Amino acid sequence: MDDTVRYQPPDAVRDRAPYPVRRGSRDTVRRRSPNAPPRSFLWTRRIVLTLLAVFALTPVYVMLSSSLKPLKDVQGAFGWVPSALTPRPYIDIWHTVPLARYFLNSLIVAVSSTLCAVVVAVFAAYAISRYRFTGRRFFSVTVLSTQMFPGILFLLPLFLIFVGIGNTTGIALYGSRGGLVLTYLTFSLPFAIWMLIGYFDSIPHDLDEAALVDGCGPLGALLRVVVPAAVPGIVAVCVYAFMTAWGEVLFASVMTNDTTRTLAVGLQGYATQTDVYWNQVMAASLVVSVPVVAGFLLLQRYLVTGLTAGAVK
Amino acid sequence: MNRVLSRARSHPAAPGRPRTGPPRPPRLSRLRRAGLPYLLLLPALALELLVHLVPMTVGVVMAFKGLTQQYLRDWTTAPWAGLGNFRVAVDFDAPVGAALLRSFWVTCCFTVLAVGLAWLLGTAAAVLMQDRFRGRGLLRTAFLIPYALPVYAAVITWSFMFQRDTGLVNHVLHDQLGILGTPPFWLIGDNSFAALVTVSVWRSWPFAFLILTAGLQNIPRELYEAAAMDGAGVWQQIRRITLPALRPVNQVLVLVLFLWTFNDFNTPYVLFGKSAPEPADLISIHIYQSSFVTWNFGSGAAMSVLLLLFLLVVTAGYLLATARGRRETDG
Repeated sequence: MDDTVRYQPPDAVRDRAPYPVRRGSRDTVRRRSPNAPPRSFLWTRRIVLTLLAVFALTPVYVMLSSSLKPLKDVQGAFGWVPSALTPRPYIDIWHTVPLARYFLNSLIVAVSSTLCAVVVAVFAAYAISRYRFTGRRFFSVTVLSTQMFPGILFLLPLFLIFVGIGNTTGIALYGSRGGLVLTYLTFSLPFAIWMLIGYFDSIPHDLDEAALVDGCGPLGALLRVVVPAAVPGIVAVCVYAFMTAWGEVLFASVMTNDTTRTLAVGLQGYATQTDVYWNQVMAASLVVSVPVVAGFLLLQRYLVTGLTAGAVK
Repeated sequence: MNRVLSRARSHPAAPGRPRTGPPRPPRLSRLRRAGLPYLLLLPALALELLVHLVPMTVGVVMAFKGLTQQYLRDWTTAPWAGLGNFRVAVDFDAPVGAALLRSFWVTCCFTVLAVGLAWLLGTAAAVLMQDRFRGRGLLRTAFLIPYALPVYAAVITWSFMFQRDTGLVNHVLHDQLGILGTPPFWLIGDNSFAALVTVSVWRSWPFAFLILTAGLQNIPRELYEAAAMDGAGVWQQIRRITLPALRPVNQVLVLVLFLWTFNDFNTPYVLFGKSAPEPADLISIHIYQSSFVTWNFGSGAAMSVLLLLFLLVVTAGYLLATARGRRETDG
């Protein structure tokens, strides 16, 4: 977790401290250079950042500690320290509701929609970044403005359209994972395209023109030159698309049935029982969070690099 | 555009094939080049049409229909209602309209508070963490965790913390600090608004932090060096260099935060369940209830259309105002 290893902005933007900074080595730590930030700044920083860290991490601590508590602990008044540690909730969660099935459904839906979203977004962003054509601006504006639509406005129409498609063509979109994949991949598309356009724009056009001269087709240039150069941006898009699909609740609650239910809906099964097994709820929450949080933390440096080069231009 | 698309389709294998063999006639390759961008856009376009634009059009049409449960098998057969649904929705003296107006007002207050606080915390964290110090990477990771957690897992944890008898919030405020006399309910009654704002801010400030951190990396370092040379202190550098340089990023960020917060469904839905308490009855939950709980889809659609119109007006106004502001500062 050392800062210099974990977090590497691209070369050009690395190390932009506004004033000479104290390095970690022992002999320089105590010495204050004339340009060092004043004490008021250092204390403000310490206090504000500590408070923010407490705010951010308290729920995580509650989740972790409560998931290891015996049932009587979570049924009485809250305590910061568990009276005893037990792995029991982690075993019970799989029986109380069919968590494994929900987990598998979520995984299938999230992975497929992420892969599709990235492929579709790469093509679209390449077209907008590298070609000038009629309708280019119109397309970008339209796609971005879909971000504005309240989900509630097209929830029911989409539901009816999926049912209609099922009735006329026999392709079951309502209640199937396919329908959910289709929906989620479209949710992450606008942001993905937007971010990749910025990223592709930052890759010199000479690179893919050289590939074209060397006899690659336009797609060859895209796949062999532009995509490899845009890996941080593409990874950032993957993280975003996966998180979108893994966390969506509204459409999951309407578009799924018992066999295709995802974690977003399934997790509420613990709370609708007559007794709420809070230790199990916390254990299940932790288990479903692990894939996304782990992935996010592993790839977060790509996310900032991707955002810097892409979206925040 | 259809013309170009059909042209593109008549050479389906063309884009992928490497250029080998004899050179093609120039006219053909010109056509192919013109069609290629549309072909690349086709999948994205088709998906946007299927999932966003067509359903939205259908939604607008539905708002003019008397659509109830009995027409659900084939919604096109529902009778036309003209402006009836809208008239009911904006009749603020009748119960339906009054409830919608109250929900709209709650959502406005909620959005202003939540976006403002999220932006403030995100800015403070990003600016204070601009230069290196020991533990910065670790802290940044910690700050991003609320953003990375799936919404239902995080919000369920918050609802546990807000429980009256077994939750952390009452334990700290009542048992440990003694601020509150009797332990209050947080998820029903007036306190539910505060609970909702807290959870929403907790979820969205890391996003502001992330975007602003990325934005800070585009500020040239020389600016700070020059300012330090001229004797500007840290606070002055933050006020004169950092904050003005973040303006373009902030303009987009605030808009995105506004739209997400205003349309937020997940947070109240997981926190309160299907029926939110009145003080925290956000508009999207309200419309969801009017559609799926009372099975009156026509009026739900009409309310959604009104919501969309409101968002369109606000967004357009915001974009115009910021564009004018930018022109003035540039010129």
